Amino acid sequence: MSLSLTAGAVPGPRKDPSVAAALGRRRKRVNLIVKVLCVAATLIGLAFLASILVTLTYRGFEAMSLRVFTHVTAAPGSDGGLLNAIVGSLIQATLGTMIGTPIGMLVGTYLAEYARGSKLGNLVRFVSDILLSAPSILIGLFVYTIIVLPMGGFSGWAGVVALAIIVIPVVVRTTEDMLTLIPNTLREAVMGLGAPKWKMIVFVCWKSARAGIITGVLLAVARVAGETAPLLFTSLGNNTWSTDLMKPMSSLPVTIYAFAASPFEDWIALAWAGALLITLGVLGLNILARTLLRNRT
Amino acid sequence: MSQAATASPPAPERVARRAGNLGDIAFEWACKGAGIFVLLLLGAIIVELFIAGWPAFRAFGVGFLTSTDWDPVQEVFGAGVSIYGTVVTAVLAIVLAVPLAFGAAFYLTELAPVWLRRPVGTAIELLAAVPSIIYGMWGFFVIVPFFAQNIQPFLIDTLGELPFIGALFQGPPFGTGIFMAAFILAIMILPFIAATMRDVFEQVPPVYKESAYGLGATTWEVMKGVVIPYTRVSVVGGIMLGLGRALGETMAVTFVIGNANRISTSLFGPGNTIASLIALEFGESEIGSLKLASLLALGFILFFLSFIVLATSRYLLRSRLKG
Repeated sequence: MSLSLTAGAVPGPRKDPSVAAALGRRRKRVNLIVKVLCVAATLIGLAFLASILVTLTYRGFEAMSLRVFTHVTAAPGSDGGLLNAIVGSLIQATLGTMIGTPIGMLVGTYLAEYARGSKLGNLVRFVSDILLSAPSILIGLFVYTIIVLPMGGFSGWAGVVALAIIVIPVVVRTTEDMLTLIPNTLREAVMGLGAPKWKMIVFVCWKSARAGIITGVLLAVARVAGETAPLLFTSLGNNTWSTDLMKPMSSLPVTIYAFAASPFEDWIALAWAGALLITLGVLGLNILARTLLRNRT
Repeated sequence: MSQAATASPPAPERVARRAGNLGDIAFEWACKGAGIFVLLLLGAIIVELFIAGWPAFRAFGVGFLTSTDWDPVQEVFGAGVSIYGTVVTAVLAIVLAVPLAFGAAFYLTELAPVWLRRPVGTAIELLAAVPSIIYGMWGFFVIVPFFAQNIQPFLIDTLGELPFIGALFQGPPFGTGIFMAAFILAIMILPFIAATMRDVFEQVPPVYKESAYGLGATTWEVMKGVVIPYTRVSVVGGIMLGLGRALGETMAVTFVIGNANRISTSLFGPGNTIASLIALEFGESEIGSLKLASLLALGFILFFLSFIVLATSRYLLRSRLKG
């Protein structure tokens, strides 16, 4: 009696092997279907990227010529280029980054070195993250109300300020992330030698995090180089050669926007050339930044 | 004499230490000051937009939020249509993007061979780096004609004939419209959502997954039974992040939404969003006009919407992404 009890160890009704096999097949089939769908989803994503790059290359190179780099924008049909837009973009992106980077680095340093776990630090981190994802058009509107209206007109400086505001949170994010990666033993070693904290941060922490911080700056440049919406209300655009930051200043994205929406064939062609330039620049910066970071880690 | 000489000039290391202290105080305050500056910046953006939009709020009251008028001639403005367009395009974009993003994230964490993960992941992330104006041009010159000629007539003939939901898919096949805006937005936010999902999926402790595999679970069952329950909150946070991006996207939407101030039943009808309306109408507004104030008031509303969505997203993502 007790023997038969231990022998019948499998509780419940006996399973039909064919049912179990069918269940197994079904599970494998579902698994396969999901796998195929996921591969398809990835391929669709990559196809979009490929389509964008192919279109830009095809249409952009078709319209590309030396004239694009040597002539300023002109009326339709009169052989204009994009020189003023390219230079305007370079000036505004460079100055914007130069203003935004130090502020962003200081904030990132504050978050990583002084404010770990403090209430003010958490609030600053939260606000910086909100700024990072906030619609850039609103930053344009903000700069319009605080700079363009009081100054009585659109200006290159207003564009620079708008871009600088966009740069700050990008640099904050990477600076903080890179500084938190530095092991505390390194900090303790420096402090143990009697160095003041600011020397520890500037000469040791910033130095070890240099590659990461440069990555952040490159990503920030890439981000602002393509920004259109904030410049629409600040530096507006200028159809003549101008490097005066007190006057409206042309930029590639705004010019592309104006030209692409126009009914003129040659303007649309120039817009494609500009689009190709800007995409190559932005993607190139991104790839460069990633390579830097990968060599580091 | 010798005592006085040693006492009067402070020892050199003292000087160095005091300089160090001063440097410390100055540096800490520079960092802290920069942090407070960022706080003030966000505060200033909110306050400035509200003050600048105040004439519109005062003139139209709460009705500004629901009114569907936008009549520059009679100076009657309402935010109803653009709020509707903003919310509908953003939500529809999420509906289109989430399955694709999930598939891509699942592929990148569980299915892809290890050597393929980095290049494919980078490619998806590069999709996020393409400027929005480029999406606008590409959408307008490539996707819109293709959609209008090949896909839209088919959808109108099939889905448009269905009872109830058919009304959503009717109208002339122009290509541009609410649906196209949502479609382009979906492609734009896809990499953000996919990257966040991948990051949180990777943080599931391998032991959990190995246990499930050890019990004989298939890859999908591990995903469904272990990874998704473990990361659910963060996944929703990632989706909210995408939603926040979609709400404020300007240039791409301006190109493809059709820019009409009306609410159509059909998703193929034209419309506008807060951001596209601001971008289009801003150039035609005079300083000090009620129209300009209305546009700035719209900006305030957009800020409010995205602030709520982004704050929620951050709250949901707070624990996991820090790791």
